Amino acid sequence: MKKRMRDLLTAVTCTTLALSMIGCGSSGTDKSADSGEDTVTVGLLHSLTGSMAISEGSIRDAEVLAIDEINADGGVLGKQIEYIEEDGASEPSTFATKAEKLLGEDEVATVFGCWTSSSRKAVKQIFEDYNSLLWYPVQYEGMESSKNIVYMGAAPNQQIVPAIEYLLDQGYTRFFLLGSDYVFPRTANMIINAQIDAVDGAEVVGEEYAAMDQTEFSSIISKIEAAQPDVIINTLNGTGNVSFFKQLADRNITSDDMMTMSFSIAEEEVQTIGADILKGNLVSWNYYETTDTEKNQEFVKAYKEKYGEDRVTSDLAEAAYDAVYMWKAACEKAGSFDTDAVREALDGLSIDAPEGTITVNGENQHISKPVRIGEVKEDGLIYEVSATDGPVEPDPYLTTYDWAVKAGVQPLE
Amino acid sequence: MNLLFNGLSLSSIILLASLGLAITFGLMRVINMAHGEFMMIGAYTSYVIQNLLQTWLGNSGADVGYFLSIIIAFAVTFLIGSLLETLVVSRLYGREIDSLLATWGISLILQQAARTIFGTQGVLVTTPKVLSGSIRIGKTSLSMTRLFIIALVACCLLLVWFLMYRTNFGRQMRAVMQNRSMAQCMGINSRKIDNLTFSIGSGLAGIAGCSIALLGSIDSTVGQNYIVNTFMAVVLGGVGKLLGTVLGSSIIGFSSIGFETMTSSSIAKAIVLLIIIIFLQKKPQGLFTVRSRALDE
Repeated sequence: MKKRMRDLLTAVTCTTLALSMIGCGSSGTDKSADSGEDTVTVGLLHSLTGSMAISEGSIRDAEVLAIDEINADGGVLGKQIEYIEEDGASEPSTFATKAEKLLGEDEVATVFGCWTSSSRKAVKQIFEDYNSLLWYPVQYEGMESSKNIVYMGAAPNQQIVPAIEYLLDQGYTRFFLLGSDYVFPRTANMIINAQIDAVDGAEVVGEEYAAMDQTEFSSIISKIEAAQPDVIINTLNGTGNVSFFKQLADRNITSDDMMTMSFSIAEEEVQTIGADILKGNLVSWNYYETTDTEKNQEFVKAYKEKYGEDRVTSDLAEAAYDAVYMWKAACEKAGSFDTDAVREALDGLSIDAPEGTITVNGENQHISKPVRIGEVKEDGLIYEVSATDGPVEPDPYLTTYDWAVKAGVQPLE
Repeated sequence: MNLLFNGLSLSSIILLASLGLAITFGLMRVINMAHGEFMMIGAYTSYVIQNLLQTWLGNSGADVGYFLSIIIAFAVTFLIGSLLETLVVSRLYGREIDSLLATWGISLILQQAARTIFGTQGVLVTTPKVLSGSIRIGKTSLSMTRLFIIALVACCLLLVWFLMYRTNFGRQMRAVMQNRSMAQCMGINSRKIDNLTFSIGSGLAGIAGCSIALLGSIDSTVGQNYIVNTFMAVVLGGVGKLLGTVLGSSIIGFSSIGFETMTSSSIAKAIVLLIIIIFLQKKPQGLFTVRSRALDE
């Protein structure tokens, strides 16, 4: 009697479990992006708080602007875009948790997000596991190509290498490398070291790293003064830039005494640091607010209309804006939101962007884009002083550069 | 020479930031995690005052505004400190861990409030004309803002010393902190003293906030960058002694700059921490200790 009772119980439990599993399965398919509803959900994953919020806020705004424009225009494949926003809080581990949530729980079609390389590296595995696409809008150190990330920003050969070539052309010979202590500046400086080593008569006279939240730069500035470089290659990120340039100005050092070439200062940062301090200094990007294309006039106008006249656009914001349009173009070419189909459609896909025509290189999922060296002017905007003839093909591993191959430039892991 | 000035300058910044803490934590034993946020409030105060005066008086207003804002920042953080003491801290005296958690919570609230009011984008205080640029002596350039901060910290230090050791209030304050029940027996209103002491400590943080506004951008996390150094300075110096805090900040300031010049800034940070850990192993009470007859020590 007792035994039969237990058997009955087991049977009941098994049935309930099985039923609930079926239930789970069906509710899962209901939520997927392709279910015939009239909306498609995407994720936005940026730091809205913490030290990176100052930078990531503007690229988030550019993505929202693109989404709104596309929705007003009829959406993608006839569906309106909805977005779920998560805060990475400037913390790579938080980025990972939130990516997991967006892909696993919300089942978004794709995600636009990240800024720092550490946050990208923290979520890379998750996107590969879920086989989803991350649209990464920031210039970065290269040495990576995941089939689950589309790199909308510049690879080193589309920002760093041309900038150093420009400086060498201009006759600069003594380089001082200063950066925040994380993967982008370290890799960038490894590349620059290799590039300068290959040139006779040019040398790197010093290399320093500051903590991400460092506010005290007096001893670094003293070291720079002692090394007497004629140009500082600056890869500081976030608020460190403000302290560094302010303290440089306090010591009466201007661009006439010591030129700086920065890879992380765009229009937004110029606003924060102050144009009077930065004027005359050089930067290297693919796009400036002043870039003269028809598409850019529309973009700048729309951006300022939505977020206020005092807001500025930047390379990062532009790349983020392009990312949404590139995704739309790929979905339409593929006729589907499915990751594999979208990826297939990406190869060779071109769109007309504010920076000019940009094309996806299907092999490494980077973008071929024009490179522009710019100078900060008193009005706080950046003006082009030199540019490449046309788009530059992305080469994240620098395999087409003899000096890089010879020096054995490879990823820092 | 360069090294000396840089070290002196960093020490003075740490000292200014720790002075308030030397009072709230050093004397009152309140682990005030919101100390950094009081600095943030001070920094934002000078931003707001400067902008207000700039719109009223033009560019000269911005310069006057900055100096004026130092006093106003003191007043503002003094009042907020007083409020915080009455509402929260006074209920948690003697419960150090509880007050740590409570003030940490408050620091998060204040940070979020700053984000809501001023946004996440950092804001800038314009350096007054008088303080921009630098003086050159031989090979070293001494920046005016740093000289100003050194002067400011000297003034604050003198004032605090005078207040603590040369006034009746200071005597009462030290009496309450050293032996509360005895002081109460002597007719001292210890509630009032507690409140004033905490407020003064908070006010000093406000002044420190004005000075760090000259060095970089202000955002909601600006106080966080200093909080660890300030606690270290107070603990290293010996909790409860003003001179200890001065020495503690100098040790941290000079050794940071020294090691940074020899190695790199990330390694310097580690070395300084290591030195402090070893030091506190040998002398857990810090450089100076207050001899007290209270039974709990």
